[in-house]
Amino acid sequence: MSNSVSERDSGTVSPAAEPPAGGLAAAARAVLIKDLRCELRTGSALLTIFLFAIVTLTVVSWGIGGRILEPVVQASLLWTVIYFASSVGLARTFVREEETGTILVLHLTAEPLAVLAGKMLFNLLLMLALTVLITPLFLALLSVSVGAPGVFLLLLAFGVIGLAAISTLVAVIIARAHLKGPLFGVLAFPILLPVLLIAVRGTEQALGGAPLAEVSGYLTGLAGFAGAAITVSFLLFPPIWEG
Amino acid sequence: MRDKLLHTVLPVVTGIWLAGAIVAAFMAVPPISGLGELGRIAWFHIPSAWVSVLAFAVATVNSIIYLARRGIEADDRAVAAAGLGLLFALIATISGAFWARRAWGVFWNWDPREASIVILLLLYGAYFALRAAIDDERRRGVLAAAYNIAAFITVPYLVFVVPRVMESLHPDPVVNADGSGGMAGDMMGVLILTTIGFTLLFLWIFSIAVRYIRLRREVLHGGAL
Repeated sequence: MSNSVSERDSGTVSPAAEPPAGGLAAAARAVLIKDLRCELRTGSALLTIFLFAIVTLTVVSWGIGGRILEPVVQASLLWTVIYFASSVGLARTFVREEETGTILVLHLTAEPLAVLAGKMLFNLLLMLALTVLITPLFLALLSVSVGAPGVFLLLLAFGVIGLAAISTLVAVIIARAHLKGPLFGVLAFPILLPVLLIAVRGTEQALGGAPLAEVSGYLTGLAGFAGAAITVSFLLFPPIWEG
Repeated sequence: MRDKLLHTVLPVVTGIWLAGAIVAAFMAVPPISGLGELGRIAWFHIPSAWVSVLAFAVATVNSIIYLARRGIEADDRAVAAAGLGLLFALIATISGAFWARRAWGVFWNWDPREASIVILLLLYGAYFALRAAIDDERRRGVLAAAYNIAAFITVPYLVFVVPRVMESLHPDPVVNADGSGGMAGDMMGVLILTTIGFTLLFLWIFSIAVRYIRLRREVLHGGAL
């Protein structure tokens, strides 16, 4: 970490002892900016998950070889690509801090909730960037026609928020357990299964051109999950972080 | 007094009750029409599913208590209950698959309840994988409890959302107010008998499992707590 970063952190992050209302947002922003800066310098996380998504997509597209699939299969494949890409990349946020030892600095300088908020926003931005990059490729390579583009984008956005929230919580569990890679998928998958199921069914409808009114149940399902996931994460994070 | 009740009275009551319930399940009611003798699986399948849900609820409540108070006994109870929940969920899954084969022609068809129980098996399989990977007792307790509570947000989805998204072959909920589409009265009676029997069985095994976990920890740490 360079001098400029640490100066900035010490300037904006309030100590854990006195949590003023504005301090939390500022501290969360500092954590987010720190992570974004690390990411911009190395590009490791986005590059990893993007390449992983490309590889998965290529395997699928190669195997299908120009045939047009049913909407339900297309929707399943899209969410499979997004889920596995997230399982490769999102654990990095906390595991990297644990590996480099910087997790201690975070403990000392930032409140737990600020750390969580910053990390969750970072993971969300990462997943949104991935979705923006991979979805057009997916649509092109598999010759998918989207009947209701607006609904399709809403479903993607809501699904990705829930995915990012749960992934961040599981990532900190993995990091505190001193575990790396493999267990992430095992822990995150069962919690995310309902959201994946709803997302796939909703996306199937959107590809078929269903109007917003017909898909609203799926959207509220995804939004509700995202809200519950974020709330539970904020409740559970302090004991995980300190325990 | 409480220990005496748990360790002497409970096993005897459980044994007598279950023996009676099993006899009733085979003798007191005719086979379910169209399913033959295999239909009697229901008298054991439904209580197993109920006990697994009860056990997971006990595990979650104890996880919350552990995070709030950090007494290791709550973690012991959570582990014991989660393990039993997994066991009874497996029994429910396997017995249900045989029922499905007989009633619907296939062992498995991703009915909502089948989907839900698979999610539960995966969740608590992951719970034990997480526990097995952590050596430090305190950290293991905290992280496993947090995971258990986080997993709980899937419950409303399993109960309300998955059944609406997926097609169901399961019979209607057997307890409905007007009795239409429900069970015959004597069959309902048998089901209540076996459900109480399985619940007693769970309580008895649970008390043994909690004792076992505590004793093993005391032996491993070479001293009394």
